[in-house]
Order: sequence, then C-alpha cells, then structure tokens
Amino acid sequence: MMIDHPTLGPRDAAEFVYMGCASLINRPDWQAEDALQQFIDYGYQRDNPSGAHRELWFHEGGDRSWLVVTRDTVTHAITQVELARDVARREGRSK
Amino acid sequence: MRYSGFKVIKEALTGHRGWGPAWRDAEPKSNYDYVIIGGGGHGLATAYYLAKQYRQSRIAVVEKGWIGGGNVGRNTTIIRSNYLLDGNEPFYEFSLKLWEVLEQDLNYNAMVSQRGILNLIHSDAQRDAFVRRGNAMILNGADAELLSTEQILRRYPFLNVNNARFPIKGGLAQHRGGTVRHDAVAWGYARAADQHGVDIIQNCEVTGFRIEDGTCSGIETTRGFIGAKKIAACVAGSSSRLMTKAGMRLPIESHVLQAFVSEGLKPVLPGVITFGAGHFYCSQSDKGGLVFGGDIDGYNSYAQRGNLPVVEDVCEGGMAIFPVLGRVRLLRMWGGIMDMSMDGSPIIDRTHIDGLYFNGGWCYGGFKATPASGFAFAHLLATDTPHETATAYRFDRFARGCMIDEKGMGNQPNLH
Repeated sequence: MMIDHPTLGPRDAAEFVYMGCASLINRPDWQAEDALQQFIDYGYQRDNPSGAHRELWFHEGGDRSWLVVTRDTVTHAITQVELARDVARREGRSK
Repeated sequence: MRYSGFKVIKEALTGHRGWGPAWRDAEPKSNYDYVIIGGGGHGLATAYYLAKQYRQSRIAVVEKGWIGGGNVGRNTTIIRSNYLLDGNEPFYEFSLKLWEVLEQDLNYNAMVSQRGILNLIHSDAQRDAFVRRGNAMILNGADAELLSTEQILRRYPFLNVNNARFPIKGGLAQHRGGTVRHDAVAWGYARAADQHGVDIIQNCEVTGFRIEDGTCSGIETTRGFIGAKKIAACVAGSSSRLMTKAGMRLPIESHVLQAFVSEGLKPVLPGVITFGAGHFYCSQSDKGGLVFGGDIDGYNSYAQRGNLPVVEDVCEGGMAIFPVLGRVRLLRMWGGIMDMSMDGSPIIDRTHIDGLYFNGGWCYGGFKATPASGFAFAHLLATDTPHETATAYRFDRFARGCMIDEKGMGNQPNLH
C-alpha cells in the first residue's frame, strides 16, 4: 500500500505504524456524567466496518506526523489522506 | 455409515460405489431450537457437541458459503496448549485433550499428528519467561520441557543457532502439540453432527436478526426467515459485520494474517518450530510443503489477502534461523481474517439480547481451540452457564478490568 502523505507525497505504508480507528482522536470528557461508560467504549469498543474506514497512521519512519487515512478495508484502496492535526482542529479538539 | 479399515477394503474391491455423501445438504426448516450461524470449525463443533454431549435436538448450522470455507480452511493447522494465564491455559489444555480423542470420537481421519511444538529461546530473560510459562502449563496438567541447544540440534540439525542477533539458547517444547489436517476437522465435525440429526444449511447468508423487546426470535436469511429459541453466532473474522445487524459493537478489530506454503519437499522438518522473536513459525505438511507464517499485517482488513512488506518480514525471519529455506520456492500464500480482540483472548458469552449468543475474538489462535470452543459454546447454549474452562471469556471483562492479556500489550488489537 502507498499512502499519499499530504506534505511528503506518496510513501510506502511500511514506513508507518497503524494505530486504529480515527475516532480515537475524540477522547471523552472525563467530567461527563457517564464518563466511565464513555471511556469503556472509547478504550474497548470498535465499529470495525467492512468498507470505508477512517484510521490513524503514524509516520514513524518519516516526518513523525499523525495522519487520518480513509481506506477501504475490503479493497485496501486509499481515498483520502489528511494530517490528523487538521482533522482534530476542524473538530475543535486542539488549537 | 461407519468408516473402518474393513470398509475401505470392501469399497476398493467393489469399485468405490458405496461411499455416499458424508453429510446431507439440508433445506432450512421454519423453526429450530438452536440455530448456529457459521459453518466453520467452531460452528460445526458447537452443533456436534450440542447434539452429542448435551443431547439437544432441532439444531441447524447456517453457512453463507460452503462449510469449512473460512478460517478453518485458511490456517496453519497447529495445535498446542502452551499458554501462561489461568483464564486461558485450562481451556487450551482441554482443547488439546479433545484433539487427542477426536478421530475416534468422530470416526473420521483428521490426521491428528502430535509431532511436538518448539518455542525457541534467544536470551536469559526469554528463558525465564518460558520457564515460567512451562511451569504454568505443567500446573494445569499440560506437558512442557525445557530443551538445551544441543537437544534441539539433535532433532533440528539445520537450525542456525549462531545468528548474531538471535542466537538459539534453548527452547520450550510441548511434545503433545502438533498439526491436524484442517479441512478434515470441518468435514469430520459436519459428518458427525449430521449423523446426530443436525441440519447443515449451506449458501444461506444471514441478512438480519428479528429482535423484539430485547429478545431475538430468529434470523432473516437469503433463504427466508428461520425461527429459533437460541441463536449462536460463530463467525470469527466476520463477527463485527454480523453483530452490527443486531446493533452491537464489539471489542474486536478484523485483521489479515498471511500464511505460506512451499513446494513439496522430502521430510525435513519433523515438528513445529516457532521463532517468536523474529515473527516466524513453520511446520511441514504430510504432502511435503513447508507451511509457515508470521505476524498479522497490522491494519484493519476484510480482504483475505495481505501486502508484500509482511511477506518479506516473514521470509527474513525464516532465513535467519532456517537458512536452507533460501533454496526453497514459495508455492502458495493466502490471507485469513482474524477477529483481533482487545486483549488477545476470545469471547464465549451471552449477549445483552435474550436468545442471542456469541463466540468469537479468536485472534490467530482459533484453529487449535476448535474442539474446546465448540464444547464450551455448546455447554453455554444448553445450560446457560459458562463451561468450567471458559468462565473468563466474558464480554464484560474489559469493563471490569479482567483482561486476559497473554502478551501484556493492552487494548491495541494489532499488537496481540
């Protein structure tokens, strides 16, 4: 698989480390009423879809950026690659 | 029909006209007591033990394709019970004991071969860990023996014990481990279950569950609605895909694991060797092919095929300890989809929906577990209590903090 890095261009997936579903960016609010249940779901439950999957890849053998890659889990075709920082900012997770 | 040596001779002399199909290709009925989803090793074993051991009837196994076409047909056929943790070791040892009597029990030649499995040791720390594991195995009634490098070389003279990075300093052997003819496991359980009246319904894909007021009363399939008192999901690899139809999210990611077979060779490798530090393990099939594999690719996949970096990694691991591999050509390779759970251990449990039961999360250890998984799942279905060897395999263990994490990797499925 080749990952088209937003700033570096196409890179071999072997340069990356896989983390899992991109929803892991959205860490629950620890002060919420149901924080315990939210953290159990966050830590242990996954959608695990067959088809399009947004997921976190870390460019360990490169610029050490975190990416959000949209990839089809049935065909391995990659349709979108974004910097995780941009995604997190868009979702109001960081400044 | 009972298979026997006498029957083989009789059929040989009469033109092999009397064998007949090993199981009926059943039509679905409108209603059963038990419907098991998934005609793989675990599903068929569950049906067999449910009928034979727990004397239940009106049982169906529904399979979207043909039986034995999933992971029981896509593995590396190894059986063993070399686990450390209390939640696991009694279960896998129970499974190994069932393997030892499987062929007589099923009246089917599954080519169970207890040729022994050897885990290689490369450092003092690893020896300490393996000694501990061997002791845990012995305490749970399994067998384990610590071997010196000299003892290993007597049986495996071709191993490279002087690799600069991973010199072989010994090994932990389980002599009762070995290999089994994987397809024959599915076929043997199917035939034996069929003889106990189980309906095996192929080409019947589940499209939905009928759930009302928190109770599941049946399944919608491509061959119509099938009602049942108890519905048992047994589809490791596709667990999330199936259980989504019941509105459930699981503590599971699906990952692809690749395996490889070389061209056929004369007998060279008498047992199973595992080089855990280098992500390589190998055995030789009775046809002569070297069967080997390594780690999962490491990203979510339902593709049943992997990518080249892992092929390279596995072959490098093989070359490091087993240099003669360099002269051998690769014949075939394939990928299977694993239910990678959050702690590397399986789930055999009721769901929060009445009448709906779940068996999955086998990671890459499902094949060796087949008999015990079927037995324990049948016990749960028949009695609504977990089997004594499977009490830890609950859904709520993550919320309770009672993970069964052999490797101590945490909730990162691709590291187990």
